Amino acid sequence: MIEIHDLTLDIHGTGILHDVSLTIGAAEVFGLVGESGSGKSMTALAMMRLLPEGARASGQILLNDTNLLALSEAEMCDLRGREIGMIFQEPMTALNPVRTIGDQVAETLLVHGRASRKEALVIAAEKLARVGLPPEDVPLDRYPHELSGGQRQRVSIALAIALRPRLLIADEPTTALDVTTQAQILALLKGLVAEEGMSLLLITHDLAVVAGMADHVAVMQNGKIVEQAPTEQLFTQMKQPYTRQLFEASHHQPDRRVTARSEPLLSVENAQRNYRLPGISLFGKTPVFQAVKDVSFTICKGESLGLVGESGCGKSTLSRAILGLEPLQGGRIVMDGKEVQAGVHMPAELRRKMQVVFQDPYGSFDPRWKVSDLIGEPFHLLEAPPQNREERICEALENVGMPIDCGDRYIHEFSGGQRQRIAIARALVLHPELVILDEAVSALDVSIRAQILDLLADLQARLDLAYLFISHDLNVVKAITDRVLVMKAGEIVEAGTTQQVFDAPQHPYTRTLLKAAPQIPRAWRKEHHA
Amino acid sequence: MKLPLQLWIGFGLFAFFVLAVLLSFFWTPFDVTVLDISEKLLPPSSRHLLGTDHFGRDMLSMLMVGARTSIAVAIIAVGIGVAAGVPLGLLAAANRGSLLDEIIMRGNDLVFAFPSLVIAILITAVFGPSAVNAILAIGIFNIPVFARVTRGAALSLWTLDYIMAARVAGKRALRISLEHILPNIANVLIVQGTIQFSLGILAEAGLSYVGLGAQPPTPSWGRMLADAQTMIYTTPRLAILPGLAIVLAVLGLNLMGDGLRDFLDPRLRRARQ
Repeated sequence: MIEIHDLTLDIHGTGILHDVSLTIGAAEVFGLVGESGSGKSMTALAMMRLLPEGARASGQILLNDTNLLALSEAEMCDLRGREIGMIFQEPMTALNPVRTIGDQVAETLLVHGRASRKEALVIAAEKLARVGLPPEDVPLDRYPHELSGGQRQRVSIALAIALRPRLLIADEPTTALDVTTQAQILALLKGLVAEEGMSLLLITHDLAVVAGMADHVAVMQNGKIVEQAPTEQLFTQMKQPYTRQLFEASHHQPDRRVTARSEPLLSVENAQRNYRLPGISLFGKTPVFQAVKDVSFTICKGESLGLVGESGCGKSTLSRAILGLEPLQGGRIVMDGKEVQAGVHMPAELRRKMQVVFQDPYGSFDPRWKVSDLIGEPFHLLEAPPQNREERICEALENVGMPIDCGDRYIHEFSGGQRQRIAIARALVLHPELVILDEAVSALDVSIRAQILDLLADLQARLDLAYLFISHDLNVVKAITDRVLVMKAGEIVEAGTTQQVFDAPQHPYTRTLLKAAPQIPRAWRKEHHA
Repeated sequence: MKLPLQLWIGFGLFAFFVLAVLLSFFWTPFDVTVLDISEKLLPPSSRHLLGTDHFGRDMLSMLMVGARTSIAVAIIAVGIGVAAGVPLGLLAAANRGSLLDEIIMRGNDLVFAFPSLVIAILITAVFGPSAVNAILAIGIFNIPVFARVTRGAALSLWTLDYIMAARVAGKRALRISLEHILPNIANVLIVQGTIQFSLGILAEAGLSYVGLGAQPPTPSWGRMLADAQTMIYTTPRLAILPGLAIVLAVLGLNLMGDGLRDFLDPRLRRARQ
């Protein structure tokens, strides 16, 4: 249906794609897998002819024997949306915030002159109902901000399929969504392919997602397709080392030595954290949102505890309370026998015992500071800067496997994985007992993630650290923790050893979570491991 | 690294005026306090490059010394704005959502609510016209401008992870504001500074024009304009020259501000590399 022959692309002379060839059949799901920077999104943009400035493409992109690269911009405009629809990763920014969802879906129809305004709105209602937003539940005059992330992604899909295009391109359509929402959106896409007979190009970094969705898979690396085959064949054979490497990285189990002891390090007792909601009436009671409701748990010395939950369940709020950055409204948090106090009341020696690593490797560092100063920032918690400041910074850098001469450089010179290592170095420089890892590997590519997980396991064994590992990614939590807490809407619904929780989940929510997480079929995995 | 063209032009114009001011402290073609009626209203010549005014004073010397007043008033007025506005803005951002934030920002609104020139006239009317009072009047109105810009830029930084990391390192709001926030909003402040600088020159010219700025015999561009008003049909040169000086100084500063904004914005800088 659509064929790409020897697509080569460069931007301002830098090679981005090299001889990419693939064929997507009618009513087929084609998975395009690769790590960031592999060129998978650029391939999709080339198909839509939406390339950035300075890009030059050669080769052929044939849509029913029409070469898209030879069409004029006007002809492309006519084709976009009608023949090829596209869904983007970020549902927050893919919709226009000042127009209603009905208008936005109807617009595609109007632009292509397919319907009058009145008819367009009727069709828009149909399409929105098709993607699971029936007008009686979600009226057409809603604005994007009134919808949840999953609902917004549904609107994007309705927009993309409004004209029944023959090809739908979905670029990481579920990466920004929670697992349960992801499962729903993937099911919706699969249903659309089956019922409407359109083809789907599914771009993702997640092998498990394509395993469950695609008929055909291509693996990309550095602008080249390294391997492509029917899905089952690809997973069972894995002819190319890179494919195998990706596969292994996504299931990586770091070597862990159990270091947990029974002495409690941190205990959270009936913690409650409330936020005041905006929209206060002058005399009425202020509405309050309970982000954390009556949560209790203990972390032992040297233990790795996982905290799993979907976005908005209160896990990051809880971590800020543990770090003594926000006050509790009830209950208490005791670290090493001393109670954690929020803000300036918290003694420095207590703060020294716990440090944190954040999710975003780009926002975690002041761009104007040198790496050695960034790593040395926690020294502020000491009475005076240590005599051997340089030495300790070097030690921290060595611990995380970074060259010690990088202290003089600025943070923008490092890649995401390197930055995350530097963030860990900053957390370790004071020799803390507890490190809170708040989605610390979520933003990383699978191969980098595997390396960081290895590093974390190694550090735990060597430095006798306790981890509170906060994540929405069940695979990662399974790999690195001794015990797991499952959190939902501010409450801990299940707690137990990692094995127990994953093998025999008790609470229905835990079961839903585990079921929703995409998995590569066991049969395919076995053959490979044998 | 390549600097944007408008930054060069703006910087060139500004440097030209600063050099003229510096030079005027040591040497001017003629003494601007000496009147010589016999030499009045001479056209430009090799002796008087830009001619003389109705009192026989050399126009070039007048413009050079006038630039001194304009630039001094503008610099000090911007200085007052920065010195009071930036700390207020940082304080408000560090205590965002608190009563203190509310008081600071509503105080700003209050100052904003009055037309600045009217208050400047009030101040000079009460305390008498002088360059110092003009500086105070213009400076006070710079405070809320800088407070707002600072608070707005700082607020978006306070949500970032590296600020959280600094808080985990036990740093207090004051220290975080100085070490992390201020350096990262400096580019915004520099750009705002150049814009306020040009507005300050205009305001000083306006106040001098209505006789509330620098008093005779200190020359000032605004008063030169006012004096030339009655002769605008007979000797337009007397009005055109100070007018041109004001226009070029303001234009130079605005171009420099725009150029600096483009230059200091890391996103735009990356695009250039």
